[in-house]
Amino acid sequence: MGGVEVLTILVFAVFVGFEVVSKVSSILHTPLMSGANAIHGIILVGAITVAGQAEDGWVLALALLAVVLATANLVGGFVVTDRMLEMFRGRRPAPGAKEDAR
Amino acid sequence: MTASAPLLDPTWTALLYLAAAVCFILALKGLSSPKHARRGNLVGALGAAIALVTVFLSSRLANIPWILAAIAVGAAIAAPVARRVKMTQMPQLVALFNGVGGGAAALVALLELPHAGAPEDGWVRLAIVFTLLVGAVSFAGSAVTFAKLQELMTTRPVTFLGLPVLMGAVLLAALAAAGAVVATGSVPLAVVLLALGLLAGVLLVLPVGGADVPIVISLLNAFTGLAVAASGLVLGNVLLVVAGTLVGASGTILTRLMAAAMGRSVVHIMFGAFRGGSTAGSTAVSDRPVRSSSPEDVAVLLGYAQKVIIVPGYGLAVAQGQHTAAELAGALEARGIDVEFAIHPVAGRMPGHMNVLLAEANVPYESLKEMSEVNSEFRQADVALVVGANDVVNPAAKSTPGSPIYGMPILEVAEAKQVVFLKRSMRPGFAGIENELLYDPKTALLFGDAKDSLTQVLGAVKAL
Repeated sequence: MGGVEVLTILVFAVFVGFEVVSKVSSILHTPLMSGANAIHGIILVGAITVAGQAEDGWVLALALLAVVLATANLVGGFVVTDRMLEMFRGRRPAPGAKEDAR
Repeated sequence: MTASAPLLDPTWTALLYLAAAVCFILALKGLSSPKHARRGNLVGALGAAIALVTVFLSSRLANIPWILAAIAVGAAIAAPVARRVKMTQMPQLVALFNGVGGGAAALVALLELPHAGAPEDGWVRLAIVFTLLVGAVSFAGSAVTFAKLQELMTTRPVTFLGLPVLMGAVLLAALAAAGAVVATGSVPLAVVLLALGLLAGVLLVLPVGGADVPIVISLLNAFTGLAVAASGLVLGNVLLVVAGTLVGASGTILTRLMAAAMGRSVVHIMFGAFRGGSTAGSTAVSDRPVRSSSPEDVAVLLGYAQKVIIVPGYGLAVAQGQHTAAELAGALEARGIDVEFAIHPVAGRMPGHMNVLLAEANVPYESLKEMSEVNSEFRQADVALVVGANDVVNPAAKSTPGSPIYGMPILEVAEAKQVVFLKRSMRPGFAGIENELLYDPKTALLFGDAKDSLTQVLGAVKAL
């Protein structure tokens, strides 16, 4: 892959990243941080690639460590974010309160 | 099983990675509005699943059983922890997951170095040293933020004489090592660089004080994103470039938004303590008289008010008192009292954390007021009930230049006709400074665990 193509993709991704979150309300800062956190767990793809090319024992061991860490980042990140967001969903009035919906 | 022929040709691989990248963009987009947030997160997870299937089908991989076992181990560790963690401990878990991601990126870069080839691949080696350094800083820095939030160590800024000099020396040494690795491709030197990065991460986060830690988590999150993007350059994987850059860019914006919510600049947060004094705070507890109160007195104040504004803080969160607070609000509303919750952007330990906790307790969305909305309403409030918050209502932020929190926007509870603080003790809050409002004649204090106090007040309100 040529340097210029990669640079193009990089610059576009920077703009998309800025654009996508520039107006988010503070209510969602924590889930958004956690969701972005989960996305960079995709380094797992890189860790798998390196582990799949490892020939020597300790290279494989380190690569597998990277796979474990990246999986924890990816899986844990999405699960934690989902749990946070679950609480914003299905908002029903608290029992005995706010029956007179404004 | 050894290396097998890939099932997918490069075009299909590229298209599937593109699909995954689009999923990630949609995920971030969805997460920025409450309506689509949960679906957005699931779309992100779908993108990750597509990417994982693609990597297995598209490259000649050896050691597949080992890799699958390692994935199973990682998932088996992370999923139960993520599922069981208390909502109040969410910030440190996010820090931890961020740190391991940074660590994984650094390891990937280290292992790719021998394959980076001749010096004409200079830009690949440059990407490798960048990933190594930034990944290591993120890993070690996140570990320190975890220790601070979990209160394994002090939450106050840790500084010592010569810290700026040491930090400068470490950075210079890291730059020198990075240059040497780019020039020679030496693996031992890369290990030295990794160690310097870890040290820099620790030194970077140690001087950051309590309330600023969440902003650092967000910054390190952006760092990990950049490290992942750089590792994508190393491996020639467009998906990693796109996903990492997205997180790097959105994380940078998010960090700035959070810092703005606290009235600080990111530079001040990271390096303020280096200039000395300004974020140190006092630890002394003054012995001036305060007016303490009983649950019955507080109940009378609340029960005969027309408008009550509840200001929840971290003390409410640690006591798991959000359900009782919601019940108290319900009981007051049943008496015809107007009740609102005033949410400071950094109430809890992370921006937006308190909204998550109150949503868990089914407090209706319309009752949660953001700072800019609610500040003009305190003047009409008969009672401001501050539950386990301190720094976010401290008038010193407006009146005392030189205070660690000076300049931070606060909730103006001092404007209310009466102020009631539910506090565990007179110990200062997270920022380690005293609150003048506690000594104000119109302020009453009810000491105790936030949940116990709320339960007693609730009982007394029902008995009115």
